[in-house]
Amino acid sequence: MAELQLKSNRFREEREADWLRLERLLARIEGGAPSRLSSTQLLEIPVLYRQALSSLSVARSISLDQGLIDYLESLCTRAYFVVYGARTSLWERVGRFFREDWPASVRSVWRETLVAAAIGIIGVVVAMVLIGQDVDWYYSFVPKESAQGRDPTAATAYLRETLFHGVQAGKDPSDGLSALATFLFTHNAQIAIFAFALGFALCVPTAALMMFNGAMLGAFLSLFISRGLGIEAAGWLFIHGVTELFAITLAGAAGFTIGWATVFPGQMSRIDAIAAAGRRAATVMVGVVVMLFVAGLLEGFARQLIQSTPIRYAVATASAVVWGVYFYAKRPAATP
Amino acid sequence: MRAARIKRPRPPRVLAADAGREFVTPEGVDLRLRLGEVSDRAAALVIDLLLMVLMLIGMSVLAAAVLWATKAEAPEIVGVIWLLGFFLLRNFYFTGFELRPGAATPGKRLMKLRVIARNGGRLTADAVFARNALRELELFLPMGFLFARGEGVDAWLVSLGCLWSLIFLLFPLFNRDRLRAGDLIAGTMVVRAPRPLLLPDLARDGAVALTELTFSEVQLDAYGIKELQVLENVLRGNDRKTIAEVARRIRTKIAWTDGAATSDRAFLAAYYAALRGRLERQMLFGRRRKDKFDKG
Repeated sequence: MAELQLKSNRFREEREADWLRLERLLARIEGGAPSRLSSTQLLEIPVLYRQALSSLSVARSISLDQGLIDYLESLCTRAYFVVYGARTSLWERVGRFFREDWPASVRSVWRETLVAAAIGIIGVVVAMVLIGQDVDWYYSFVPKESAQGRDPTAATAYLRETLFHGVQAGKDPSDGLSALATFLFTHNAQIAIFAFALGFALCVPTAALMMFNGAMLGAFLSLFISRGLGIEAAGWLFIHGVTELFAITLAGAAGFTIGWATVFPGQMSRIDAIAAAGRRAATVMVGVVVMLFVAGLLEGFARQLIQSTPIRYAVATASAVVWGVYFYAKRPAATP
Repeated sequence: MRAARIKRPRPPRVLAADAGREFVTPEGVDLRLRLGEVSDRAAALVIDLLLMVLMLIGMSVLAAAVLWATKAEAPEIVGVIWLLGFFLLRNFYFTGFELRPGAATPGKRLMKLRVIARNGGRLTADAVFARNALRELELFLPMGFLFARGEGVDAWLVSLGCLWSLIFLLFPLFNRDRLRAGDLIAGTMVVRAPRPLLLPDLARDGAVALTELTFSEVQLDAYGIKELQVLENVLRGNDRKTIAEVARRIRTKIAWTDGAATSDRAFLAAYYAALRGRLERQMLFGRRRKDKFDKG
């Protein structure tokens, strides 16, 4: 036989070295060491990638070596994600998030934020009205474990005590604060992420969660107002509550965004609309976790260490102004 | 006809799955991605959950050791570590790993899977966060229901909750791209990312064996591309029994007479090389012979 070597075999032998070279470079990048590659090596990757791609299309039409085609497909796929997955460094990304992405995403869900806030306020009002008529309603809004003795049977003096000396009266106020802060942060963050995830179920569970959250707040407030401690209680609550309630409202808004896109996708196909809304909402949510971290610190430390009601109000107002300006103030157009 | 009867029962769905999902690069080449199997993804999840538990145990042992070594009295720090550690693992284990260049958690890496953006663009951080935040709904909520207990109305609520979570748990089974709810929200999907080695070209061994054997045109016309690929797998598998059996069948089929002289493997390698040469030559002339029933 004159033609013992197949054309596809020759084709492969001519290009094999380049493929292996590309594979070695990819392995180093995927191993997490792109910085160890020299600039010539980095510049080589796109060239080798395009060579491999064209090898793949040629191999598909002239070669019947399945092992070769499988290899080239996976090699090209890996290279594709390296070449087109243009990544910025972690710090750049974090910086961009706080500078632009987060405020922009929060602004973009302003309608849902208003709805979530309205539902929360309705919850507050409903709870206050109901408790005004019949004190027993208190127990349906506030679970036993979070009441910690703060229920309508408690003495006014005890209630005052809880506002000014931490929950465990009689202890040194700085004792156990970091544990408390951590607990509050993780607990609230979990609830917020949950509110977001529930939005996928067509908004309804998120709305219920917002309403319940509002009702709990309303129940607390009405209890303290009925004992003439309204102003002090509000100070106790809002020193961290401005941040925390805002964060939970934003989480609800993020959930609504997704639910809304599921029901009313608008111009896009449903699946694309959901994906777009999901990413926007996720950016909001990352920020919400940061906010709740701040709120946890305020709640765990600042509230226990600051015992004066006017200063508590000052902190609350300051945090409201800071968040408001950060999210909604008009900012100069970003330079490209 | 016999041939037609054999062909029909092959379900077309299997073929479509084998061919992979269309994924065209900007250069216009279709990479034919293969979706991650649901079974592989479940296995990956189990591995990840086990790893998380191991990490938590490791962290507490470490904390206990530090406390013991320093003889410090700070039981509070253990609580903080557990609370924060559990929170971080629950929410950022998946996100953290999937943000790395490999876009895979250790479990996914073991099962040879990776996450990609469905539109072929780059996988952004918000997409990764979104797909994993939904785990709260798909994974941790059902778990909560599983450990919840109640009586009367509560029991009914718990069972309804379980039923409701089942929808999300089984979500990937009911759509073409095997998306879970999180993938849907984030615009991502999970594909197989195997790293096959560049295997030696079998036609080269075959070419050596082919110097001693010759096949006639009729003998080479017995099979098509599909059979060639099966033969390739048999040769690469290199299992003696299979090779003997396949060699026996092919010898019968092509009425090979002077067979005793060559070993089974050498015979198959030679036949593979000759058949591939013939089919590839036909391909160059624009004819792809699909399988042995394809008479063109």
